[in-house]
Amino acid sequence: MLSVTGVRKSYGDVVALDGVDLDVPAGTLVAVLGPSGCGKTTLLRCVAGFEHIHSGRIDVDGRRVAGAGPHVPPHRRRVAVVPQEGALFPHLNVAANVAFGLDRAARRSGRVDEVLALVGLPGFGDRMPHQLSGGQQQRVAVARALAPRPPLVLLDEPFSALDAGLRADVRRDVRQALHTDGATALLVTHDQGEALSMADRVAVMNAGRIVQYGPPAAVYREPADPWVAGFVGEAVLLAATVDGTGAATALGRIALRGPAPAGLHTVLLRPEQLRISDNGGGVAATVVRHDFHGHDALVQLQLADGTRVTARVLDTTPPVVTGETVTVTVSGQAHTFPPRP
Amino acid sequence: MASAAAVGLALVPVAYLAVRTGEAGWTRIVDELFTRRVAVLAGRSLALAAVVTSACTAIGVGAAFLVTRTDLPARRFFGVVAALPLAVPTYVAGFAWISTVDRFEGFWPAALVLTLCSYPYVFLPVAAALAGGDPAQEEVSRSLGRGAWRTFASVTLRQVRPSIAAGALLVALYVLSDFGAVSIVRVDTFTRAIFTAFNVGFDRTGALVLSTVLVVLTVLLIGGELTTRARGARYARVGGAGRPPIRLPLRAARWPAAAALTAVAVLALGVPAASLARRLAEGVSRPGSLAEIATAAGNSLAVSLAGALLTMVLALPVGLLTARAPGPLATLLDRLTYVAHALPGVVIGLSLVFFGINVAYPLYQSVWLLALAYATLFLPLAVGAVAGAAAQSPPALEEVARSLGRGPAKVFRTVTLPLTLPGIAAGTALVFLTCMKELPATLLLRPTGMDTLATELWTHTSTASYAAAAPYAALLVGLAAVPTWFLSVRGGA
Repeated sequence: MLSVTGVRKSYGDVVALDGVDLDVPAGTLVAVLGPSGCGKTTLLRCVAGFEHIHSGRIDVDGRRVAGAGPHVPPHRRRVAVVPQEGALFPHLNVAANVAFGLDRAARRSGRVDEVLALVGLPGFGDRMPHQLSGGQQQRVAVARALAPRPPLVLLDEPFSALDAGLRADVRRDVRQALHTDGATALLVTHDQGEALSMADRVAVMNAGRIVQYGPPAAVYREPADPWVAGFVGEAVLLAATVDGTGAATALGRIALRGPAPAGLHTVLLRPEQLRISDNGGGVAATVVRHDFHGHDALVQLQLADGTRVTARVLDTTPPVVTGETVTVTVSGQAHTFPPRP
Repeated sequence: MASAAAVGLALVPVAYLAVRTGEAGWTRIVDELFTRRVAVLAGRSLALAAVVTSACTAIGVGAAFLVTRTDLPARRFFGVVAALPLAVPTYVAGFAWISTVDRFEGFWPAALVLTLCSYPYVFLPVAAALAGGDPAQEEVSRSLGRGAWRTFASVTLRQVRPSIAAGALLVALYVLSDFGAVSIVRVDTFTRAIFTAFNVGFDRTGALVLSTVLVVLTVLLIGGELTTRARGARYARVGGAGRPPIRLPLRAARWPAAAALTAVAVLALGVPAASLARRLAEGVSRPGSLAEIATAAGNSLAVSLAGALLTMVLALPVGLLTARAPGPLATLLDRLTYVAHALPGVVIGLSLVFFGINVAYPLYQSVWLLALAYATLFLPLAVGAVAGAAAQSPPALEEVARSLGRGPAKVFRTVTLPLTLPGIAAGTALVFLTCMKELPATLLLRPTGMDTLATELWTHTSTASYAAAAPYAALLVGLAAVPTWFLSVRGGA
């Protein structure tokens, strides 16, 4: 549905997009995940047509919208945008906002009520934007983008202004609405939880390039490099000596997820793969720090050789005390990073 | 592109002035320029501008503070009254004072009249800024141990500094270009010298050279304001909560504060009103005078409307550019509009008379040449209003509209225009009001036989028939009060 090939864009000497390739299949929700300044918002603005690209090409729904040949202006691309803070038209009521992209026939077809129901706001058509809460405004903005059934919907960090409790609800409902409507969507975000929980596929972006593109589980479990590993979640990186099927590390011998050539490597474990017990078994470690998060806690441990690792423990396990000595075991397999090209 | 064209059109008189001055030749220019008289005139004009600007800043900021940030009694009333002097043309005020107080002549009387007429230029923007300021910063300051008054001095005043600077700049430029009041109270400033040279001595070159000095002074002033702006940077509001501002209790000072504002109102409005009323009462009605007055009023409305519309059409692209694509080009264009604003109407008027005769003859003696003079003179007022209004329609909204399939023209009509219209309407009202009060350019450029309220008033005043002038003055002030009231209500005071 969306195909981005070799797109470059710079502002003076600053390279914002350094050869981006991305394919978004029809009916999927793809998240572009990256730190601020990585170029993800520039990518979105190039796809929407608000910015011109310097080289490469962009196709939407089989039609060339940017690249060699004319630059298709935003209003002829049929790419709807949901900006960061909703940006509802303050002088129009909810129904008129949602109907903004519809022609006269479509307005009478009941599409406005249909998409408002889809985002969980049936009967809100007569309200004015200032009478809505932040979450409701964001839902209306999504409904407005969905209403004309565009081939592609772009969401630019649409939930970042919402408070944490509300955010989860709105995310879930918006994902549901996009799926029900069969929409193809590109979500830009710096929040790894949001990308992993909402998207069908995640494209991790850094310094103007897409460094990894795959299903959320693959990006989390098998990141392309240590930077991705650290960006999409808490990472335990260990120096390891690989021999055939396993590796020797400071946490003892660990099984590997795939075959790797023998030699010195860095391997990745996730904190939830580390188990803490106080009844022997495993490697001895000292508790350095304990960060309580409610449903779970992150425990930082120092091993005998000075290596620091992090374990995630559920709240049900007996509490650990800073300074105490515990033993650590590893469950599951470690990920080895592919060799650098 | 459109903005450059608009500024270019508005600068036609300035360019024409430069060309005509250049034709005089360097030796002639130097002879005219480096004389004792020019130095004296420059010193007096600058001193008048400095005194009036300081006084206007003090009165304007003080009144704005009292009205928006304290528990002053009858705040809303004072908010409207403090803006009303904008409706009193300086020559009407000068005429009112001189016919009330004996030997009301010289520097300080001129300073008094100009201050009373132009302090709303500071009051209106500062009141709007104080009413819309971010209380969070003040709360932070209070929580860090600074008292209410120290917070006002160290935080609030700094927040509104850009508005104060902009208002003070308008006042200073206005004083430099004022012609009516200084003529009536007989102070020799640049404008009066230029008018005398043109009108009495038919000394065009001398007048043109003097005009260029005034242009140079203007550029220096604008440059000065620009540097305070650069240091002030932008005071952005973080987060959106539009809470009402904190009001300070005045306690024992409540009634003295109200009395001070009343005193300003009496001087600025009461004296002209009383004087006009007295003249009206002793006036002898002449046959057919009502019809004359009605015609003049109709003409005033028509030419002011034409001027306001042309000004807004030219201001739209410049204002949008300043708001949307800030940068060296936008700043340059924005500042260029001020150059003509500071020129006396008499210079713009004569420049356009020559321009009409020599270059654009079909326009000569038409309302449109007068409208162009108004546009040249009042473009900055309109550009400021448009730039402020454009902030009501952030680019994100237009991008969303584009992405939903509406073309640029349709987006402008359905999104940008409805959101910016209130601000643009306020700007139009301000320009309309100023056009109505404008005297010298109107005198020079009106089509033959067409009289407006301002020109009728001037004709009668110059022949000392004060009673005959009074109805025109009263009607002018009355009509001008309508858009002023609209502005002060909108200003949030």
